[in-house]
Amino acid sequence: MTALAPPAAARATAQSTRTGGRSGSVAWMALPALLIFFAFAVVPLAGVLFLSFTRWDGIGAIHAAGFQSWRSVLTNPGTLHALWVTFLITALSWAFQTPMSLLLGTFLAGHQRYRGVLAVFFFIPLLLSSAALAITYKALLDPNFGLGTGLGVSFLSQDWLGKGPLAVGVLVFVVSWQYIPFHSLLYQAGVRQIPVSLYEAAQIDGAGRLRQFFSITLPQLKYTFITSSTLMIVGSLTFFDIIFVLTAGGPADATRTLALDMYITGFQGNQMGPASAIAMILVLVGLVVAVLLQRLGGRDRSASQLEGM
Amino acid sequence: MTSTLRAETEQANEASPGQRRRHSPRNLLHLNWLGGLAAWLWLGVVIVPIYWIVVTSLKSQEVYFAENPLKPPTDITFDAYRLVLQSNFIQYFVNTVIVVVGAVIPVVFFSFMAAFAIIRGGARWHLRATNTLFLMGLAIPLQATIIPIYLVIIKLGLYDTLVAIVLPSIAFAIPLSVLVLSNFIRDVPNELFESMRVDGASEWATLRHLAFPLTRPALVTVAIYQGLTIWNGFLLPLVLTQDPGRRTLPLALWTFQGQYSVNVPAVLASVVLTTLPILVLYVVGRRQLLSGLTAGFGK
Repeated sequence: MTALAPPAAARATAQSTRTGGRSGSVAWMALPALLIFFAFAVVPLAGVLFLSFTRWDGIGAIHAAGFQSWRSVLTNPGTLHALWVTFLITALSWAFQTPMSLLLGTFLAGHQRYRGVLAVFFFIPLLLSSAALAITYKALLDPNFGLGTGLGVSFLSQDWLGKGPLAVGVLVFVVSWQYIPFHSLLYQAGVRQIPVSLYEAAQIDGAGRLRQFFSITLPQLKYTFITSSTLMIVGSLTFFDIIFVLTAGGPADATRTLALDMYITGFQGNQMGPASAIAMILVLVGLVVAVLLQRLGGRDRSASQLEGM
Repeated sequence: MTSTLRAETEQANEASPGQRRRHSPRNLLHLNWLGGLAAWLWLGVVIVPIYWIVVTSLKSQEVYFAENPLKPPTDITFDAYRLVLQSNFIQYFVNTVIVVVGAVIPVVFFSFMAAFAIIRGGARWHLRATNTLFLMGLAIPLQATIIPIYLVIIKLGLYDTLVAIVLPSIAFAIPLSVLVLSNFIRDVPNELFESMRVDGASEWATLRHLAFPLTRPALVTVAIYQGLTIWNGFLLPLVLTQDPGRRTLPLALWTFQGQYSVNVPAVLASVVLTTLPILVLYVVGRRQLLSGLTAGFGK
């Protein structure tokens, strides 16, 4: 999300120049936040790069190792596989969550009388921790005592977590189950900000509901779409808790994403050097994706969405 | 993104989101039957697992294996809950509360001060740099930096303590909190700051008596969002602690599940118990919590 930085920063500056910009005694107030952020986020980020050129088992001394870790990570077919799995889960969960959230968000933005009742249950998944969710679904998808038996639907009584493609599907579903409410909220807020006058004008021009949706609602939600997609994609690149608890990367390596690959290599295989190299790849992929998505949104994100009004 | 975030926070500020527009002719969206259908379907998808969690946690193990999983229990038993509570649950609960409180208070306090400094003194190069640093910090994934964090914590001699979880939690909560809060402080009319200055108030007094009361809703929003994130945090406790006595709830859930995987009612009772505090919060302050979530933008 680095690409978000310049406009906002520029805006902040412009604003405070207007407020006079004299500030003898305020600077120190930023210090505590800065110090702790530096020590536990910036330094570790630099540390990842540093450690990727070392050999360390996580306990003993750290030795310089040159490009050894990088060579082993980049020549390991497992890395490419992890990258592929990460991409697969990211793409699938994006493709499932986006239309659902859009649909639900537009719906929730209206004010049906029963909407309140609906909303109470609707958002509960957001409260559960990923760990809680993962162990719940592990039991719920049990082929013998789970949901399939409960509903009497034999299709649901499969060995969901025992077969690679099925396990990926389950992960996508569970992740969607957790995050669709959140993205619906984003779309709901987006829809609420569309000026009513646009719809009124469209109605006068005789546009039908479907036409209004495609000609007004969708284009007006462009920024919400980019925000939501960025969060979804950058978020799913680093999914860890849910996969770790639900499948632990299995069956075989079917759900071993980059984040998981890093953890297993580093903390279970005691190879912190290669694990750091994988972490570095994770950082870079995330950065590239975030920048690309921001490009998609055009330069000036703070520009009014009311153009043509 | 900043503009959306801002709108989100403004919405959080309203007593009830959407109230303002309630009277506008928005009935154009009323007939969205496709959305309605999707919403009811998805509601089913959401409710069935939740119903199943609660119902199963009230069954005995024998009943669970014998009966239809979705059938409500004929005789309710709290055995599962008793087992969970006897398995040090209270200790894990206390640990989690310590971590959440220990992290959220500094996060809100430090972020508020930093946001205030950035807005009030933003023309200075070092504050501008600070702002840029925090904005870039939004892009740093915790997962990718966990190995050096582990190293730093070891070097500080904090491994296997609750402080080890608290410190990185604070650091990773700061960027978003500063962003939300500075967007909020920016909206305070400049005249108010000016009049404080004319009255000879120090910056600290301005922060306490002007910015703080006006920013309170955003502070609550930030506290709720970060509190929820840290309450549910899994990776930091997993990597930075070892002693069962230091476990937080999500980690305890995981180990509990490993221990009692056959005892599904007990596992689900532990899920209910760990979620209960947040659920209470949800019932009490649903609006605050939801606006907190969107202002926070999730992970």
